[in-house]
Amino acid sequence: MSLIIGLGVVLVLAILYLIFRIGNLVELVKGKKDDVSSWNTANAYLLMLFMIVSLVSFVWYSVVHFDSYNLPVASEHGALTDYLFWITMAVTVVAFVIITIAMFWFTFKYRYQEGRKASFVSDDHRLEIIWTVIPAIVLALLIFSGLRAWNDITGPASKDAVVIELIGQQFLWTARYPGVKDSQLGKHNYKMIDASNEFGLDLSDKNTFDDFKSLELHLPKGKEVQLMIRAKDVLHSVFLPHFRVKMDAAPGMHTTFKFIPTKSTADMREETGNPNFNYEMACTEICGRGHFSMRFPVFVHDTVEDYEKWMASQEAWLKQNPEYLQRVPPALREAAMIKAGIPADSEAAIMASPVTVTAKFK
Amino acid sequence: MATLDIHPQTTTHHDDHGHDHEHHGNFWTNYVFSEDHKVIAKQFLITGMAWALIGGILSVLFRLQLGFPEANLSWLRPILGGWLTPEGKIDPEFYLALVTMHGTIMVFFVLTAGLSGTFSNFLIPLQIGARDMASGFMNMLSYWFFFASSVIMFTSLFISTGPASGGWVIYPPLSALPQAMQGSGLGMTLWLVAMALFIVSSLLGGINYITTVINLRTKGMSFTKLPLTIWAFFFTAIIGVLSFPVLFAAALLLIFDRSFGTSFYLSDIYIGGEALPNQGGSPILFQHLFWFLGHPEVYIVLLPALGITSEIIATNSRKPIFGYKAMVGSMLFIAILSFVVWAHHMFVTGMNPFLGSIFTLLTLIIAVPSAVKIFNYVTTLWKGNIRFTAAMLFSIGLVSFFLTGGITGIFLGNSAIDIQLHDTYFVVAIFTW
Ligand SMILES: [Cu+2]
Ligand SMILES: [Cu+2]
Repeated sequence: MSLIIGLGVVLVLAILYLIFRIGNLVELVKGKKDDVSSWNTANAYLLMLFMIVSLVSFVWYSVVHFDSYNLPVASEHGALTDYLFWITMAVTVVAFVIITIAMFWFTFKYRYQEGRKASFVSDDHRLEIIWTVIPAIVLALLIFSGLRAWNDITGPASKDAVVIELIGQQFLWTARYPGVKDSQLGKHNYKMIDASNEFGLDLSDKNTFDDFKSLELHLPKGKEVQLMIRAKDVLHSVFLPHFRVKMDAAPGMHTTFKFIPTKSTADMREETGNPNFNYEMACTEICGRGHFSMRFPVFVHDTVEDYEKWMASQEAWLKQNPEYLQRVPPALREAAMIKAGIPADSEAAIMASPVTVTAKFK
Repeated sequence: MATLDIHPQTTTHHDDHGHDHEHHGNFWTNYVFSEDHKVIAKQFLITGMAWALIGGILSVLFRLQLGFPEANLSWLRPILGGWLTPEGKIDPEFYLALVTMHGTIMVFFVLTAGLSGTFSNFLIPLQIGARDMASGFMNMLSYWFFFASSVIMFTSLFISTGPASGGWVIYPPLSALPQAMQGSGLGMTLWLVAMALFIVSSLLGGINYITTVINLRTKGMSFTKLPLTIWAFFFTAIIGVLSFPVLFAAALLLIFDRSFGTSFYLSDIYIGGEALPNQGGSPILFQHLFWFLGHPEVYIVLLPALGITSEIIATNSRKPIFGYKAMVGSMLFIAILSFVVWAHHMFVTGMNPFLGSIFTLLTLIIAVPSAVKIFNYVTTLWKGNIRFTAAMLFSIGLVSFFLTGGITGIFLGNSAIDIQLHDTYFVVAIFTW
């Protein structure tokens, strides 16, 4: 089928070429005096045709495929930036259509005609001032509204915001939550990273004891979330398309982004009519061969209570890796065991306690 | 981009050729190590076209994979060999290599050297009435540095670990650490060496263009009468000479980080089961240095095409260009602004948000001189007597292109909107424009 279409196109092109040749030969025989090609008028019509076809198809696909490029928005600031996007779209489409029509119309209307002379117009200061000032005013408005939104988005997060750390590495994401006991992320140091201690937790800081790891990003609906973002090896970038969130992850520095999710996963399933809908986070900075697969599932709870319930159900990292109790300074071990929820009679607890060990051997 | 039929100029200056033949050089001095600007221009043209072909083929390869992710591309095995997975997909790392090399080749080798190298060399002496460039020898060196750079870059396509693959922006640490990806090994080294030679070439060329325009104009050819094409080449050369050295510095520091254990861009890295000793560097520093060239580069690519278009439209409408002074003024304004907008490529890198505001403001201001240029093109067509030569059709296309590309810039330049669009195909589309 496509072969036939291809052949057809080639044939049509060949025919056009032959007609063109014949036109040229006829011209030669007639001995035309002007150097303007006999195709000049045809070109003018073709340009007109091109403009009409382009503008119509531009409008057509923008309307018909609207849903395939317009992602539903699920955050507070996202609604604002989308609004700015569409304002800019309106302004630029108007400018685009006017200029395009003017340009193609002029090329058509003022196509070469024998005996007509082009008018000598080289300057018009009034006109030039008008079309400098109008774009300047429109842009000033766009800049002003854009910067107001930018300041709100990048401003400091509120004190009671939920803090979550996202860590990028080749080629997966991990999230670290501060834990329900102290709601504070503990310190970390890249030199302490090893196969199990993937966050590089500095266990001399008591805030690390109840931190827990998650392989899914859980968010509360309707509460401000502050993402603390870092990377272990190369640049990565956190991209939450539905929440209009994007921020690079770089080794050696912390970046942050704050936002308020406004639609839970359940809300979104209802809105899209897709019972399997799930939010997703992607990496959007080339980071190596596995970049394309560096995704992270996202789940938004219906209420803050649900979210807190989920938090409470998670095990502290230290509880999952109790052998690291030995790295906790002896003075803090008891506090660590309580915070991480490690039973005092567990093997790891006994191993980590030098006093009990010596007592046993005696 | 616009192309220009250069034969009419060759014929009008046929008497120049007569002079050349009096010297009677041999084949080598006439066609290979020639100091004649017209020969050098053709050398740049041929090399640039070869690069355009290569860059085009690379883009077809990765777009095949992108457009038909399910397709079996095993029929490419005779060309790609081991770069195909057993299921007939392009290897992910080679895919990135293709994207990287396509970007590098198109931006630098085709649109910088190919465009300026060809047209500045060919047209500057002819249009200002000079015998040749200020320094024919430097001009020759400029081509041969470019040629050497081309050979090295081309060679890197064939090494077993693949060419540079970290994107044409080569952000460290990815580009600095061979253990991060194969392409950051020898491929990246060759990329850096080739780019260093390339920068030398474009500086030699740029200094020559500037000197020639300032000093060798013929009697009566004042700056206010300079053709817009030459104005555009002149501004392009100035932008290049001021911004390429910064990329050179960035590349040099990257070489230090890669080979001599320094930490300009590296800090707190844990990779391949090992914590690297580097501390205190900043990957963002590289991005600032890179985009200090990277943004002006946009105008290095665009201005020559706009300059050529100005004259093609005027000639084929049989009218003078509308608002000559405004055209020169807006190019000057764009050239100046192009140096103070670079961080609009970095809104979401964690840069201070206040800086983001400043760069949004400065970036969107560029839309004003750009709009003036478009209005002037359109008005030049008005009441003309238009001849649709091939050059004219391309120029009308360029104005339409410039309009589309310029408009998308208003979205991306606005930091709040850029949050969503950054690093997406929206940006790829504007770049490809
Ligand atoms: Cu990535
Ligand atoms: Cu830019």
